[in-house]
Amino acid sequence: MQQTMSQPATNAPRTGAPGADRAFQWLTLLMALSVFALIALIGYELMRGARLSLHHFGWRFLVNSDWDPVNDIYGALPAIFGTLASSVIALLLAVPLGIGTAIYLTELAPLWLRQPLIMFIELLAAVPSVILGFWGMSVLVPWLRTLLFPWLQKLFGFLPLFQGPAGSGFSLLAAGIILAIMIVPIITSVSREILRSVPGLQREAAYALGGTRWEVTRIAVLSYAKKGLFGAVILGLGRALGETMAVMMVIGNSPQIVLKLFAPASTMASVIANEFNETPPAGLYPSALFELGLVLLGVTVVVNIFAQLLLKTFAGPSVKPQP
Amino acid sequence: MPAISPLTPIRASDHTAGTHGTALTARNLSVFFGQHQVLKRVSLDIAARAVTAIIGPSGCGKSTFLRALNRMHELTPEARMEGDIRLFGEDIYARHVEPVVVRRRVGMVFQKSNPFPTMSIAENVTVGLRLNGLRDKTTLTERTEQSLRMAALWDEVKDRLHAPAISLSGGQQQRLCIARALAVQPEVLLMDEPASALDPLATSHIEELILELKRNFSIVIVTHNMQQAARISDFTAFFYLGELVEFGPTNKVFMNPEKRQTEDYVTGRFG
Repeated sequence: MQQTMSQPATNAPRTGAPGADRAFQWLTLLMALSVFALIALIGYELMRGARLSLHHFGWRFLVNSDWDPVNDIYGALPAIFGTLASSVIALLLAVPLGIGTAIYLTELAPLWLRQPLIMFIELLAAVPSVILGFWGMSVLVPWLRTLLFPWLQKLFGFLPLFQGPAGSGFSLLAAGIILAIMIVPIITSVSREILRSVPGLQREAAYALGGTRWEVTRIAVLSYAKKGLFGAVILGLGRALGETMAVMMVIGNSPQIVLKLFAPASTMASVIANEFNETPPAGLYPSALFELGLVLLGVTVVVNIFAQLLLKTFAGPSVKPQP
Repeated sequence: MPAISPLTPIRASDHTAGTHGTALTARNLSVFFGQHQVLKRVSLDIAARAVTAIIGPSGCGKSTFLRALNRMHELTPEARMEGDIRLFGEDIYARHVEPVVVRRRVGMVFQKSNPFPTMSIAENVTVGLRLNGLRDKTTLTERTEQSLRMAALWDEVKDRLHAPAISLSGGQQQRLCIARALAVQPEVLLMDEPASALDPLATSHIEELILELKRNFSIVIVTHNMQQAARISDFTAFFYLGELVEFGPTNKVFMNPEKRQTEDYVTGRFG
């Protein structure tokens, strides 16, 4: 210790600091590790709950299209179909909207408009799922039934996708629209970050060749960023796959596989949330729901890891001067 | 576009340079970024088929001057200009003139090489032509070779035209960017410190290339390197604090400058 230290008293607590520091480090490490433990535990519990169903149905669970609690026969295919179909509809609507908005925000919008727009998009992300579902039930569904469905049928009625009775409005399309609204913010904000990371020099190169704004965006920005944008889309897909509440409220909850936009359907998440309260405490029925959860968890984990990998490896195909 | 006739080679020191008339005329050019005036009433003639070097300490407005010559400065928000710039007599800031058209006639090469990383070497060369709507395969192939030859890169890349542009070395990438700018056959080529990120060998390649290119193109180059300006330019303009201090044949500016500031700068007393 240095003699010049004016207040030796302050050194006293310092001598204890290394021990406390180490404890702090261990404590935070433990907290961080608990995340892994939680995921493992969730996986394990789902597996345990699904044991009966796994044993009983085996792989047939994934390809069986009957979901029939009365006869105790459970197949995941209708829910898997509904999950994928509603997510695809959501992506078809949300990807152009989200990426288009991101392009406007980074490339075209006047500076004063950018911040307010970004704020509104983030606000949209903050709307609770149940509120969106509520709006979907009370506004969107009646509107689909009375206006959009008849109109679409008049225009595209020759396509099987648009045929069939217009029904109640509770439908695959309603779920797709609600999901689209929910994933537009994440697609927009991740795409915006990606586009912002495109070097200005790339844009200048295209401008200097006499490119118009659209041409510059196309050849210098979008092609540079496409991998990252794909990551943003997959991240949106991950969100859409697992979304429960709002979807359950508008999809009509019918375990059928009908490739028609106006037909009701169900998703893995909506089936679980909808039926779990009604199941007996033990038996094949709750076990099948557990297995459905296991499938959903597996799919979303894989999709999310894929998205993260895409976004991580997008440092851009960098232009590095070599020695 | 001026007719390209067979020319006798012109040396950097040759005072007959600039006898091909004037490519660009700037009159009372002022540029503002918001409230900040970056260029103050600069008047300057850029000789056709000659190399004009712009020198001066950092922040003197030389890059801004360069970017005003093809309206690139307009990409900066809140940029505003006053004055008059004419390209072979034509007002490039006239109301009916699109910046896009100006930039196709006045090409630009940047400090850091910036090839499009997702495109091949050949695609990088032809991207400007394709933007102009040129689709014909044979013409595109011809122009690719022609531009790469002009950029002294052809022999190094002719066997791998479809390799990614970023597989090239730094110096090669910069020559590729020059080829890309040349492919659209601009009348003027602006170069913003094109060799400052390169090693000495790559730099000498670029310098030789510039001397070769001035047979057909009018070149304006911003440089921090006094020796480089002396080696390759026919005319030199010295900018300081947004003003044009001195402009004349390079020999005169370096050997016998009229202004004290110029002398101090070119002899390295400040900068």
